[in-house]
Order: sequence, then structure tokens, then C-alpha cells
Amino acid sequence: MTPVLGKDLVGLEHLTSEQIRLVLDTAEPFKEVSERPIKKVPALRGKTIVNLFFEASTRTRISFEFAEKRLSADTVNVAASGSSVQKGETLVDTARNLEAMRIDMVVIRHPSSGAAEFLARRIRSNVINAGDGKHEHPTQGLLDLLTIRDKHGKVSGLKVCLVGDVLHSRVARSNIWGLLKMGAEVGVCGPDTLMPRGIEELGVCRFRRIEEAIEWADVLNVLRLQLERMESGFIPSVREYYRVFGVTLERLEKAPRQLTIMHPGPMNRGVEIDSRVADGPHSVILDQVTNGVAVRMAVLYLLAGGRPELADAAKGPAGGGGGGSE
Amino acid sequence: MNRPLLLRGGRVIDPSRNLDEPADVLIQDGKIAAVGRGVGAPDGTDVRHVRDHIVAPGLVDVHVHLREPGNEDVETVATGARAAAAGGFTAVCAMPNTDPVTDNQAAVGFIVRQSVRAGLTRVYPIGAISVGQRGERLSEFGEMVGAGAVAVSDDGKPVVSSHLMRTALEYARTFDIPVADHCEEPTLAFGGVMHEGLVSARLGLKGIPSAAEEIMVARDAVLAGLTGGHVHLCHMSTRGSVEVIRRAKEQGIRVTAEVTPHHLVLTDRACERYDTHAKMNPPLREAADVAALRAALKEGVVDCIASDHAPHAYDAKEAAFDDAPFGIVGLETSFGVAYTELVVNGVLTLPELIHRMSAAPASVFGLPGGTLGQGAVADIVVLDITEPWTVDPTAFCSKSRNTPFAGRVLTGRATLTLVGGKIVHQIEAPVAR
Repeated sequence: MTPVLGKDLVGLEHLTSEQIRLVLDTAEPFKEVSERPIKKVPALRGKTIVNLFFEASTRTRISFEFAEKRLSADTVNVAASGSSVQKGETLVDTARNLEAMRIDMVVIRHPSSGAAEFLARRIRSNVINAGDGKHEHPTQGLLDLLTIRDKHGKVSGLKVCLVGDVLHSRVARSNIWGLLKMGAEVGVCGPDTLMPRGIEELGVCRFRRIEEAIEWADVLNVLRLQLERMESGFIPSVREYYRVFGVTLERLEKAPRQLTIMHPGPMNRGVEIDSRVADGPHSVILDQVTNGVAVRMAVLYLLAGGRPELADAAKGPAGGGGGGSE
Repeated sequence: MNRPLLLRGGRVIDPSRNLDEPADVLIQDGKIAAVGRGVGAPDGTDVRHVRDHIVAPGLVDVHVHLREPGNEDVETVATGARAAAAGGFTAVCAMPNTDPVTDNQAAVGFIVRQSVRAGLTRVYPIGAISVGQRGERLSEFGEMVGAGAVAVSDDGKPVVSSHLMRTALEYARTFDIPVADHCEEPTLAFGGVMHEGLVSARLGLKGIPSAAEEIMVARDAVLAGLTGGHVHLCHMSTRGSVEVIRRAKEQGIRVTAEVTPHHLVLTDRACERYDTHAKMNPPLREAADVAALRAALKEGVVDCIASDHAPHAYDAKEAAFDDAPFGIVGLETSFGVAYTELVVNGVLTLPELIHRMSAAPASVFGLPGGTLGQGAVADIVVLDITEPWTVDPTAFCSKSRNTPFAGRVLTGRATLTLVGGKIVHQIEAPVAR
């Protein structure tokens, strides 16, 4: 039987809506594992997973590590600094050396777009993209979908707007593909300097004013504004960015409906998002983090050849709960 | 001297003289002695029956990178000349972005000597516009021309300073050589790795907008108008550039332009799956650009095809897209790709294609060759346009293998290449019939 997700998870662009739904449904029973006093199930016992991080990451790396450990996999973390990568070893040599130690999966974060796919086509192990350059961050896209589904009971038909630096955002691309495939309407809002040319052709609505986006949307996914963008001249100042595009309480109060607020983190409070909004009652930002572990457990489980219908049972004797879907 | 050679019964296409008919071609003492029907063979003549084959002027490529001196691991003048001969080229022009840069008479003379030593396809050096290609002060054009340079260029880098470009165009007039420019506005192109468009948006790769090329094309055309100098625009890639060139030519400005086979055939979609063999500069553009370039080539708005043969090591291309170098090899696929995609598909006639790959580029750079006129130097190619062949990079004469055309089935390849009447490439053992 071919694994339902194929060998790798490189991005959401090439997944079908059925595959995405399957991951979300598989994540449901895994949510409960993290709520137990003993947060461990044997599903990936004996599997060896390498977390290969060529870029600094706290949240994603730890989330993957928890997901792996809660599935009983053996894990090794390799960071670019201090490793042979720093000594000039190529990406593919690094991975092949790891593979020679008989590993099963590689979770890779890399600053170059396409690095995950590059690796996936050169090694036999399963490859999971934990963010490649400005391309995709598929597990973030999936956990965002799961969080939206939890909050609204569905994804289809909702209007979700990505706010901010879409140009440099891998989160944005994974969100756009995932949301479109799941039947949501997708908007993007920000200055043209931070939008890829031709973005409308992907089938998204373009907003140049945050007020219009807020009026339109059910959900805002506020992207992190990397402060180095200002130095590269994409925006004149952080101060003006907040004044023109900041998601503030005042702006949200004028909205015709209650908006759900999301942010992939890490947040720049007072730059792209008002603290009162981030910490407010309609923020699901911490739910995203919680769901991240469950979604990553689901992805690991499915790529390892786990059968989705057995996910519940895979949780072991203490299992139960779970199973909600659209 | 070599014994005389008779190419018997081929279809002779010589666009320089509007000739396209079955004829024999007799080569004696390195020159074309006779072209016509029923040409008699003097005693001891090596007779080659080339029925069903095309006999044409040797192909000319005005834009190749042969990497010597400096990067002989990926190509040398000799291996590049061998690859050129295999591709049907009898003359190529080597860009000066070597290490050290070919920016003085000694360096130019070195290329000439290496070419003579190889004794294959003629390699004409192009000198650098600026010392060290640093874009600051002019190289010694006069001495470089004296040593054998046929043009100047800072290719690989744009001439950023408009003042430098102006003085180069003015100064080059004394020596009657073209100034070949790699048109790229560096602040717009900064950090870009592929065409800016929908595909780059999807792949999350930094784009190079068409405007980066078009701004410099327009600038160069204006400066050529100002100075009366001859600007040659390298590897044109956008429909906007085509329009600027068209207007400049209508105004009588001395502008010529080249296009690569890959820009006539591939689009930015070739970059999908992050294939580094589709990474080149200028980048592969959109279908509308390809269509405009094809039409421009047919009309002559773009003068010629040039390969921009850019060898790179396997390891260099075996990398993440951002990290891989720009460029592909082209000498051994140029004619096949162009014939298959342009002639078989009815974009150009075969004589038009041969013109754009021989007489036209020779005339742009003022090179001998490009003709089968009686008495002309016998730089000749025999082409097979019937037998399909599969591109196998491991069989390349070039030291490098970086091509996006690996595995493609093409029609059109050189079976015999003569430089000064000497056989520098042949595929099949001669068949005496």
C-alpha cells in the first residue's frame, strides 16, 4: 500500500483536498495524547527522526520534537551552527551521511526555497518540510487549517485574509494553497512592496487597505513583519506600518462581524498586531501552537505508513476521545 | 596541404547568396574552389557523398564562455572548441569573464594561441570593456583588437555606469567593433534567481523583473544613438526589449541583438521543481516573451542566435536553487534545439535558421565566414536534418553537462564540420558509394 501522503511532505500546493482533510482528521485523535498525564503513545516506536535545522527556530523545532517524542520516535537535532554544515559540507552530503546511519525521516528547515524538495528527491528517507525559504511551511498551513476548523466548525466558505508580508512568507503560501483547496475564500492585504507580483492569479482577493480586509474577512491571519524588511526598503518605517496596516482593536471594533485572529508567531507586538488583539478573546494564537503538535504527530504518523483509520487505536490502550471532523 | 575534398550531392544552403539547391562543393587548399552541379573531382580527392544532408556555411556563435584561464575544470579553449565543432560551429566568440579577466592584449593573445593550438573551431576573443570588468575605467581596446579581439563586453556583469557605456561606445568606433552589453539593471535584479512572475511567486524565489533588462536595453539604445557606436545586446529575453530594439532600428541606431536557443524554447515554468538547469541569467521568461522573441528573430529585429554556452561543474548545479550558478551549456544542442523547435514547427525556414546562425552573427561581429562563395575560406558544416537523436550529456565534448535538454529527442545535428577545409568533427565513418 502506498502511504496516503506519498513519501514526503514538501508543500500543500501538490496535495489534494482529500489528503489535507485526512491529515486534519488524523490530528484529531492525537490532540488528546497531549492532554494526558503520560504524553506518549507507541506509534513510531523504533523510528529514527532527524530534525535538520539550517535556520534558527524555536517554536517549530520544539513542536516537531514534542510530536516525535509523544509518538515514541528516537530523535536527533542537528543545527547548522557547530555542525559539519559550517565546515562547508553540502546539504545533500549532510543528509546522505545521516541516512547512512539508517534514519527513517528528516524534518528540514532551510533558508533556501526548494531545499526540502531538493533533499526529498535525493534520499530515501521521508522528508518533512519545516519551512524552506520563502516557499512553503506545510505543517504551519495544516495547523492553521485545523485551528480554523476547530473555531468555526468548517473551513469551506469562510473568508480568510492573510495580512502583511506575503512576499517573503512561506506561511502565506502554505495557507493560500491549503485554504483554497479546502474551499475557503482567501484574501491578502498589505502594501504592494510586500506582495508577490501576480498573486491574484493564484485565486486570491487583493486588499490594499487593512480596513477593507477587516470588513471582508471572517478570519485574519496576521503575518510576522520581519524587521530586516525595513532595512531593505520594503517599508519606510515600523511606526508607519503599524499606523497603516496594524491590526488594532479600534479597527476590529468597526468590523461587521467578530473576526478570529491568528498569527503564526513569533509576534512583533505593536508592529503588525496590537497586544489587546493578540491577547483578546477572539485570538486563537495559542490554540495554533497547541494544534501544531497534533498536526505534526498526524503528519509523522501518516508518512511513516500509519493507516489513518487506525490512528485512534495507534494511541494505545489509554486511547479514546478525538474524532471530530467537518 | 590536405587533399581536396568534395561534398557530393548535398542540399547546399547559403543564405548569404540566397542559394538553396542540390549541388557539389569542392574544397581545395582550405578554400571553397567550386559550388555547382557535377563538379569534377581532381585526382586524389576525398569524396563524401552527402545526399539527403544539408551543406551550409559553418555556424557562428558570438557568445560563449570557455572558462580559460581560471576555471579549466569546467571548460578550456580546446574543449570548448571541440564542443563547438561537434555542434556545427566553425567560429565562436569567447567572453572575457575569465580569471584573470581578459582585459589586455596579453590575455587576448593567450586565447588566440590556445585556439590555434587546439586547431579546431576558431575561437575569437572578446575583450573586457573595463579593466577587471570592474566597471570603472576602459580597457585598452586598441591593443586588444591588435591582439585579435573582435568585440568588447563586460558580459556576466552589466555596464552599470552610463558614462562608461557612453565612452565605450565612442571609443570603440575607432576600431569599428561592437560593444556587447549584458543588459541588467542591478538594483532591480538584486538577489533575483528567476523571472519575476506567477511561477516565482509560487516557488517563493526572488524574481528578476523584465524591467531590469528593458531599462538597460533602452539606455543602451539611447547611448548608441547619441554616440553613433554599435551596441550589441546579449541574450535578449523579454518582449519589451524586442519593442525597444525594433524602435531603435527604425530610427537607424546601430543596435544588434542576439537570443539564445533556450530563451526561444523554454519558459519560467522550467524552474518548477527547482530545476537548477533552468537557472540562467537573464532568466527564462513567459510564453508571450518566447513568442515575441521568435517573431523578432524571424523579422530580423533580433539578428542572430547565440548559445551563451556557460559551463558549470556538476557540484555547483547540484544545489538548492538560490545557491546554484546561472547558466547552461549550449554549443552541442543549439542547432538541434533550434531546428526541432523553430524549423520543424514552422517558425523559421531552414535557410532562415542557417542565416541567423551563420551569416548574420558573422556580419554583426565583422567575422569572416558565413558564406559558401567561391574563394571563401572553407568553414562549412554538413547537417543531418532527418535522423532524430537523443541529447546525452555524458557524450558531450564539453567538459560540462549542465543542460536542461538532457534526454530530449532532437532533429538536426552536424555530421561533418570543416574549418579552413580541415575536418574538425565528423560523426559517421565516410561511406564510399
